Amino acid sequence: MPTLTVDGVEVTVDPGTTVLQACEEAGAEIPRFCYHERLSIAGNCRMCLVEMEKAPKLIASCAMPAGDGMVIHTNSQKVKEGREGAMEFLLINHPLDCPICDQGGECDLQDQSLYYGSGTSRYQELKRAVAEKNMGPLIKTTMTRCIHCTRCVRFATEVAGVDDLGAINRGENMEITTYLEQALDSELSGNIIDLCPVGALTSKPYAFTARPWELSKTESIDALDAVGANVRIDSRGQEVMRIMPRLNEDVNEEWLSDRSRFSYDGLKAQRLDTPYVRKDGKLQPVGWAEAFDAITAKLNGLDGAKIGAIAGDLACSESQKALKDLMDLLGSPNIDCRQDGAALDTAIRASYLFNTTIAGIEEADALLIIGSNLRHEASLINARIRKRWKMGNFPIALIGEQADLTYPYEYLGAGPATLAEVADGKHSFAETLKKAERPMIIIGQGALARNDGAAVLAAAKKLADAFGLVSDDWNGFNVLHTAAARVAGLDLGLVPGEGGKSVTGMLDGSLDVLFLLGADEIDTSRLGNSFVVYQGSHGDAGASAADVILPGAAYTEKDAIWVNMEGRAQLGRRAIFPPGEAREDWTILRALSERLGKTLPYNTLAELREKMIEAVPHFAEIDVVMPAPWGDFGAAGKLDDAAFANPISDYYLTNPISRASRIMAECSATYSKTKTEGTGTNG
Amino acid sequence: MLKDQDRIFTNLYGQQDWKLKGAQARGVWDNTKDLIALGQDAIIDRMKESGLRGRGGAGFPTGLKWSFMPKESDGRPSYLVVNADESEPGTCKDREIMRFDPHRLLEGCLVAGFAMRAIAAYIYIRGEFVQEAINLEIAIKEAYDAGMIGKNASGSGYDFDIYLHRGAGAYICGEETALIESLEGNKGQPRLKPPFPANVGVWGCPSTVNNVESIAVAPEILRRGEGWFSGLGRPNNTGTKLFCISGHVNKPCNVEEEMGIPLKELIEKHAGGVRGGWDNLLAIIPGGSSVPLLPKSICDDVLMDFDSLREVQSGLGTAAVIVMDKSTDVIRAIERLSHFYKHESCGQCTPCREGTGWMWRVMQRLVSGEAEVEEIDMLINVSKRIEGHTICALGDAAAWPIQGLVRHFRPVIEERIKSRKANKAA
Amino acid sequence: MSQVIETGVAFEFTPENVKKAKAFIARYPEGRQQSAVMPLLDLAQRQNDNWLPKEAIEYVGKFLDVPYMRVLEVATFYTMYNLKPVGKYFLQLCRTTPCWLRGSDDLEAVCKNKLGIASGETTEDGLFSLLEVECLGACVNAPVVQINDDFYEDLNAENFEAVLDKLAKGEVPPKGPQIDRINSAPEGGPKTLLEKTGGA
Repeated sequence: MPTLTVDGVEVTVDPGTTVLQACEEAGAEIPRFCYHERLSIAGNCRMCLVEMEKAPKLIASCAMPAGDGMVIHTNSQKVKEGREGAMEFLLINHPLDCPICDQGGECDLQDQSLYYGSGTSRYQELKRAVAEKNMGPLIKTTMTRCIHCTRCVRFATEVAGVDDLGAINRGENMEITTYLEQALDSELSGNIIDLCPVGALTSKPYAFTARPWELSKTESIDALDAVGANVRIDSRGQEVMRIMPRLNEDVNEEWLSDRSRFSYDGLKAQRLDTPYVRKDGKLQPVGWAEAFDAITAKLNGLDGAKIGAIAGDLACSESQKALKDLMDLLGSPNIDCRQDGAALDTAIRASYLFNTTIAGIEEADALLIIGSNLRHEASLINARIRKRWKMGNFPIALIGEQADLTYPYEYLGAGPATLAEVADGKHSFAETLKKAERPMIIIGQGALARNDGAAVLAAAKKLADAFGLVSDDWNGFNVLHTAAARVAGLDLGLVPGEGGKSVTGMLDGSLDVLFLLGADEIDTSRLGNSFVVYQGSHGDAGASAADVILPGAAYTEKDAIWVNMEGRAQLGRRAIFPPGEAREDWTILRALSERLGKTLPYNTLAELREKMIEAVPHFAEIDVVMPAPWGDFGAAGKLDDAAFANPISDYYLTNPISRASRIMAECSATYSKTKTEGTGTNG
Repeated sequence: MLKDQDRIFTNLYGQQDWKLKGAQARGVWDNTKDLIALGQDAIIDRMKESGLRGRGGAGFPTGLKWSFMPKESDGRPSYLVVNADESEPGTCKDREIMRFDPHRLLEGCLVAGFAMRAIAAYIYIRGEFVQEAINLEIAIKEAYDAGMIGKNASGSGYDFDIYLHRGAGAYICGEETALIESLEGNKGQPRLKPPFPANVGVWGCPSTVNNVESIAVAPEILRRGEGWFSGLGRPNNTGTKLFCISGHVNKPCNVEEEMGIPLKELIEKHAGGVRGGWDNLLAIIPGGSSVPLLPKSICDDVLMDFDSLREVQSGLGTAAVIVMDKSTDVIRAIERLSHFYKHESCGQCTPCREGTGWMWRVMQRLVSGEAEVEEIDMLINVSKRIEGHTICALGDAAAWPIQGLVRHFRPVIEERIKSRKANKAA
Repeated sequence: MSQVIETGVAFEFTPENVKKAKAFIARYPEGRQQSAVMPLLDLAQRQNDNWLPKEAIEYVGKFLDVPYMRVLEVATFYTMYNLKPVGKYFLQLCRTTPCWLRGSDDLEAVCKNKLGIASGETTEDGLFSLLEVECLGACVNAPVVQINDDFYEDLNAENFEAVLDKLAKGEVPPKGPQIDRINSAPEGGPKTLLEKTGGA
């Protein structure tokens, strides 16, 4: 453990620590542009120069390993001059267009020039102008502002695993660009906007819409996949202006996927902002009372067995709990949160969780992926796998549809037969799993949402047991969810009760009344003559099939608990109010229950959450993953020959909010085009 | 004057056969096996004793550099990388070795590579040297065919390969870590140090990068004895050296001379003297474009070696002597160099990427006189903000010529600014 | 400004060049084939009239399994890769101080007056392209012009014009010094290495 002195303060740091980190530990602030904790060290901006005694020159503290006995000065005249020099060089060719730059107010260059710059310019030559580069529908470029820190290139290459971004030419002509100015083909591309320390890369959809100091910032949770990325929702008045990632080392680190970041314009489109009732075959806007009357008329005296409910992918825990309670009060066993029909059961919690945890991936030493394109289904988990792969010694294999996952893997086969082979130890990768100390498998919905799903799950369970995936201190069995609602739904028991119907059973027209809580991913053509009540935020598939529409809140418009695929309960917070007549979802169900004369036993969110915690104690443990005990699950049965098919065909259009987003539509069009025309990367 | 018998590069002018037979006639590949039989440590010790300092510009003791290489492999192979990216303006000596005496370099590769326990040498030759690369390729093939290199090289029991890698136009690849990046198929952008190449070099393996001349003289030093080499020149500045004399001399040429030869003698004896006579001399850049120029007053008696030139705030560099007579617009001469550094900056780090262009633009205005006198000080200040603040030495190299110009020719610059103003007023 | 020119014509190495390319790759340790990017770009350029279109860059990327962006970075970083067509005779005129001191401006004037081209331009007949370059490393034979692969040294307006005339006629003027001189020895004959030299 090296001990060094920083500005007279002695500090002992872990081996491998850089001088910059040691300085921070000693309480000295070191300015920087190119350095970033999660990227490789470039050492190019020269802003972090410090003085090291006995060294003839200033040293780049970001790149110098801390050594025992080093004496560092971060505030000497020499250092001040060095920083002032770096600032001056960075600014001579930087346009002074802060008033029209979207980075203004949150710009590292602006901030640091205030503290470390000289305040005046001696540069009298013409400034360099650099042509803008097309990087696709999400990233706006103003390359004249670029300070060549290469954070974006390093992020793309290292974290996102795409090689489309680079720096061409040399010297003062060096320019950051994508290959032939094609759109940056990564689900994580938006992160380079956050990484860019200046206004060279800004958000195209957000361009010129707001200034950071006008925005209310709400810390919340993303609901557009099952990762549970921590986000900050920036709003102005009753409008979400942008969504940014928030640091959580255990979940999303500091990244966010593009769909979660850029779907926010979908919050303003296709909204259900008033109740509707179908009259003469046409949905007509009505008041809440009329809508509730219509439902009450249908449900009045109806046998619970003729009523069903399906919870969709964006349903929050609270509304799912209220829905489940209401169905119980109505005497209906027909309830399901598994829109896709995945063969998951609630008995053993470990059977449907991502047990290894996201951060735990970094501890694993072998991985088998079964029926999942993680890049599309959980981009941030895919990034974590890539991170683990980059550390080395991490064999990865895949059964299912092949796709470019940004890391190499061994392709074992297409479907259940291969899985069974591996489980039986008849495949060479079985040996790898056996030898591994902390092996893991990830089984996607593509392997479970099929007729033989239970048998596939059983085969996976068999594999897990056969190769020691589960031990006292390790659980390598992981189900990969794509819906933010799902784990909470399973936790809260939104599966058919005794004699109850599952989604498939409910979709055969046999029910008189079907309640869809934001369920849009079902085959609505099979609803038959069922009277459909749709509660949700967007006019998507479910709403168009509905007889009554109850306008709900989007995830940005309500306080809600979200349980991610790890089983981690996290608090989503309301950033803005739902539009028009729309209401927070649990209150709608509460009001309806009262109208039905089956009043749900809670009047406030706190009371509802108490009930949730009563039923499922871990809802009280916010931000915590409770290890789930292992047990028996799955049902042995005949495995189908059909190959596993990945559940997501278009990454940008997986949910009603994203489908309402013009930005996502543009992405979908752009990237499906590059897919057919070739991506510009090799292969 | 150095005696011919003490010259190493006896085919400097290409008057003899450059191929294997000719080389052998000049003593190359003579008892190479015995040199290797000395053993690694003894070779390195003798090289240290000889006092040879790197001939690529920095003057780092060659034997000491070799000694940094790991003595035991941790599983990674070690490599010798020969820096043949000769691009320092004024310098054209390695070119002669490669086209007229390639076997001397190859023999050096084997001996040096053996001493540092390398399995192979990669010779990185600048891309413009097409003919030189062709000759080297032929020589390499000859050497393989004759068993000089390859398996059991020269009968020594040591296996050693030599490969050629051509650059493609980038001065910065003469910087050792940029060269390594380039050898790996990347842009030639210098790496941060540490780690140093001897720990993590090409392909992550221990590597030593040496200049062509440093490697080429090694076998001859061992053959003739380290004492012979260290007996030439002055202490700490020993041996012979290839000098390149260009610019305003009557007969520009390359010549191998003894270290420490007086600059004036070098020019008068070998290059036919300064155009118009010694008194017509304005200034000399004594060691390639990166070192500050010297006015005539210093040139009169300065000696051509590392320490003497450092004492006069310049450097021996690559020993490329660029002579300027009194007809020279010395501001423009340096402006051309400023353009060179701007053109060759890799663009990676801030001070060099931005500062070299800034300095060149100011230099352009100083050439025409369209400037204020105060800008001279500003220019020096800018150069100091580049110097010592960059990843590699290109920043320093861009700063020094300008600093040298202002140090010795400030009145000329001021005069031009003033006369421009006067002309404008009139 | 587009980064590269797309010709619409597929590029692939001739069988002979495939062999050469494989030999280049074999010079580097296994798995380090990216090291061969530079020799392969050079090979492609030689096969394609001394310039690299998009198709060649991508072909090299595929050949080596290196992302196109990395190949493009290399192709744009180094000055010797031509990303647009050049004339049959590609004149690279050194303009750095040692050549400038000895009259490179005169040679530039020859290009302008005789060929009508400035740096970056090609004659209408496609015969000559001019590029002003930095130090070519033949400073004691300044001024120097590299024409395709060969150095023409010790030039002045007169002998440079003579060289250009020969080229225009399809002749190949002898490369090297254009005055009475042996390589880099002083004009008029060597002053050293006069003794009969042999081994040590």
